[in-house]
Amino acid sequence: MTASTPGAPTATLSRIIAAGTHQRVLAFASLIILLIGFSIASPNFMQTSNMIAILQATSVNGVLAIAVTLVIITGGIDLSVGTMMTFCAVITGVVLTYAGMPLMLGVIAAVLTGALCGALSGTFVAKMAIPPFIATLGMMLILKGLSLVISGTRPIYFNDTPGFSEISRGSIIGDIIPSVPIPNGVLILFIVAMVTAYILNRTVLGRYCFALGSNEESVRLSGVNTDRWKIAIYALAGAIVGIAGLLIASRLNSAQPALGLGYELEAIAAVVIGGTSLSGGRGSILGSLIGALIMAVLTNGLRVLSVAQEWQTVVTGAIIILAVYADMMRRKKSN
Amino acid sequence: MTFLVEMRGIEKRFPGVHALKAVQFDLQPGEVHALMGENGAGKSTLMKIMSGIYPRDGGEMFVDGQPATPDGPRAAQDLGIGIIHQELSLMNDLTAAQNVLIGREPRRSFGRLDEPALNAKTAEIFASLNLAMDPRTQVGTQTIARQQLIEIAKALSYNPRVLIMDEPTAALNDAEINELFKVIAKLKADGVGIVYISHRMDEIKRIADRVTILRDGAYIDTVDAADTPLSKIIQLMVGREVTQNAPDIPDTTRNDVALEVQNLSHGKDVRNVSFSVRKGEILGFAGLMGAGRTEVARIIFGADPKDSGAIFVHGQQVDIRTPNAAVQAGIGYLSEDRKHFGLAVDMTVRANIAMAHLGEFTNRLGVLDEGAMNDTALAYIDQLGIRTPSDMQDVRLLSGGNQQKVVIAKWLLRDCDVLIFDEPTRGIDVGAKSEIYALLEDLAAQGCAIIVISSELPEVMRLSHRIAVMCEGRLTGILPGGAATTQEQIMELATQRDTASVGTEDVI
Ligand SMILES: Nc1ncnc2c1ncn2[C@@H]1O[C@H](COP(=O)(O)OP(=O)(O)OP(=O)(O)O)[C@@H](O)[C@H]1O
Ligand SMILES: [Mg+2]
Repeated sequence: MTASTPGAPTATLSRIIAAGTHQRVLAFASLIILLIGFSIASPNFMQTSNMIAILQATSVNGVLAIAVTLVIITGGIDLSVGTMMTFCAVITGVVLTYAGMPLMLGVIAAVLTGALCGALSGTFVAKMAIPPFIATLGMMLILKGLSLVISGTRPIYFNDTPGFSEISRGSIIGDIIPSVPIPNGVLILFIVAMVTAYILNRTVLGRYCFALGSNEESVRLSGVNTDRWKIAIYALAGAIVGIAGLLIASRLNSAQPALGLGYELEAIAAVVIGGTSLSGGRGSILGSLIGALIMAVLTNGLRVLSVAQEWQTVVTGAIIILAVYADMMRRKKSN
Repeated sequence: MTFLVEMRGIEKRFPGVHALKAVQFDLQPGEVHALMGENGAGKSTLMKIMSGIYPRDGGEMFVDGQPATPDGPRAAQDLGIGIIHQELSLMNDLTAAQNVLIGREPRRSFGRLDEPALNAKTAEIFASLNLAMDPRTQVGTQTIARQQLIEIAKALSYNPRVLIMDEPTAALNDAEINELFKVIAKLKADGVGIVYISHRMDEIKRIADRVTILRDGAYIDTVDAADTPLSKIIQLMVGREVTQNAPDIPDTTRNDVALEVQNLSHGKDVRNVSFSVRKGEILGFAGLMGAGRTEVARIIFGADPKDSGAIFVHGQQVDIRTPNAAVQAGIGYLSEDRKHFGLAVDMTVRANIAMAHLGEFTNRLGVLDEGAMNDTALAYIDQLGIRTPSDMQDVRLLSGGNQQKVVIAKWLLRDCDVLIFDEPTRGIDVGAKSEIYALLEDLAAQGCAIIVISSELPEVMRLSHRIAVMCEGRLTGILPGGAATTQEQIMELATQRDTASVGTEDVI
């Protein structure tokens, strides 16, 4: 009896690995190890307020990572999510602060702007056959420029729209259960993650995401209108970026037009750490979520340990390489 | 009478290639119309025009007597025209069912997928094909043969009235081919018109009703399959007589042993395999698909690890762990899956031929000598009869058979002592086949030790000096080549299962 006990968890583990979720399991295990490590290193780390700070810090990058995951699974890449997020925030500023419209319209404006920008990138990629890297690089600069132009390079504050900062900083959950004051921003992240995961795994749109990334020519030869689906996928990603725009604007209570560059790389990093293949056809929202969490925990933990900001960047870079290497080793073995 | 499909005066030009010159073709309901021709004759191109993948440059097409110009795969499907492509085009990361019903997934409201219905529908199609496969299997994990069967299931799922099969049997074993032919017979009975492209001549006699022959993009003739001898068809295809006679088997028993393998094992795929090849000898490997022949080759070549066993080259034990080490030891391997392993399809013919041997074409500063590469490439293009407008053509644009010749050229250039050919003539026309046979015999005569893995029994028997037969990872016997061995003897060894359940029903 005693001899058989150690076998059981191994069997379960190998079954999980066989299910193709290896990288996600690995990422999740790393996350747990990080959490344990930091909490041993510093008693302040595990405090509820710090945990909530980590989640809050994950929310924007997490939502962006979810958006990028969709595009990466199709075999593409989206470099424009950072400045697109800012652009959406600026448009919301225009709608709410300049035009004084009601809050709901501002929310709709952000999501719609993102969807349109995404559809535009998608059109460049699908109809004009511009490689995604270039198309979204162009979009990244266009949107950065437009944000500055529209805002006159000055931040747009949301002081006239009292409810706006609640989008990210309020806590509906905390209102109901005061002991868990999880901010709305985090709640939104998880809702976005669940909805997107559902779309990805259960709908036609999601199926074509994987199919396009796996063998686009084959999908085309099967008589599927690949252009249309690709544009739809980029548009969905854009809409999700619009949500990220709302979150960051709400958190800062302002649209900061100069912000945004660099966010796309953080998002891509989270996606890669989460095990989504950059060559397309494979990936998961849960993975990207874990990836984003790992990055936030790392940044936070190192800060709690008073490690200089510069070193945090170095560590993040190393983690990315390690994560992808681990994935490569697994693939090599399984072949 | 009105034809199901009729094409007249079809013209197609690609940059540097006049691929189709006033070609005609027609198809009746319930017939199998074979389309024959050498590699690059234009068969696939004509069928791609019929199925809406390429636009035609000239000519007319009628479906049910009505003018038709399908402008994409979807339009062709709407006309009832389905095609199974020559090159596998599946989505490896998706499941079989997801592949089969791509574009027509059973849906619920709001674009949600009905996965159980998807799997059930696919299971039905598989059942009608007598294909034992879980619809949820991931396609990338399957062998080429099984992927081909998934392609066939996919084409059938459209319920086509016209079904084009572009070399559907190139990767199938005999039992699978029989299954396919049964399906074809059923489709025929249902009035489906089938266009059948294959380089396996024997199949034409078995299933075709009429045969249309193309040569160099031109229409040659349409003949009745039953009344026309194969030799006549071959002659129409190549424009000359092809001799198929094998030369006498040379006596190589006193030559040095070039490669010796002892007790090679790897999991269940390869079990305790031992054999040797002498210089100047051609050792054929026969067996059913999945017998472990490719696995043996891959292990020898260092592409896969071995659990145990020893490999000797010229009597010296070698430790080969990477393909690079194998090449250093003088061993070359031509993969059966040229698209994935053999070729950089987006590069030119010249670049591909020179690829494995760039060191030969560089000066001391490491700068490539394009002139020398050009000379070499042209020499091989000439020697192997590779049909390409120039050596600067992208390999992707060559016909399937010509791509295969490029792979062969690439390895010939390496000057290996031991060459392993895995399905060297898959998708290669009769004319080129005999050229390649002659080439292998030449190489052997020059002292090369050659291993040929082939699923076509006539090919193994035609080429081999000795025939090694494998079944389920074990080497079940080595037979003499030439007339001394019969197909039955080989099949018996090829189906000599380990378990007690040896059954003749598996043989077919
Ligand atoms: N997209 C393309 N661009 C340029 N040339 C092409 C293209 N497709 C085919 N060709 C050329 O057209 C000719 C006919 O090719 P095709 O693929 O139709 O031959 P095939 O009869 O199917 O030969 P195989 O038996 O080898 O498959 C060849 O010379 C080929 O190189
Ligand atoms: Mg062809």
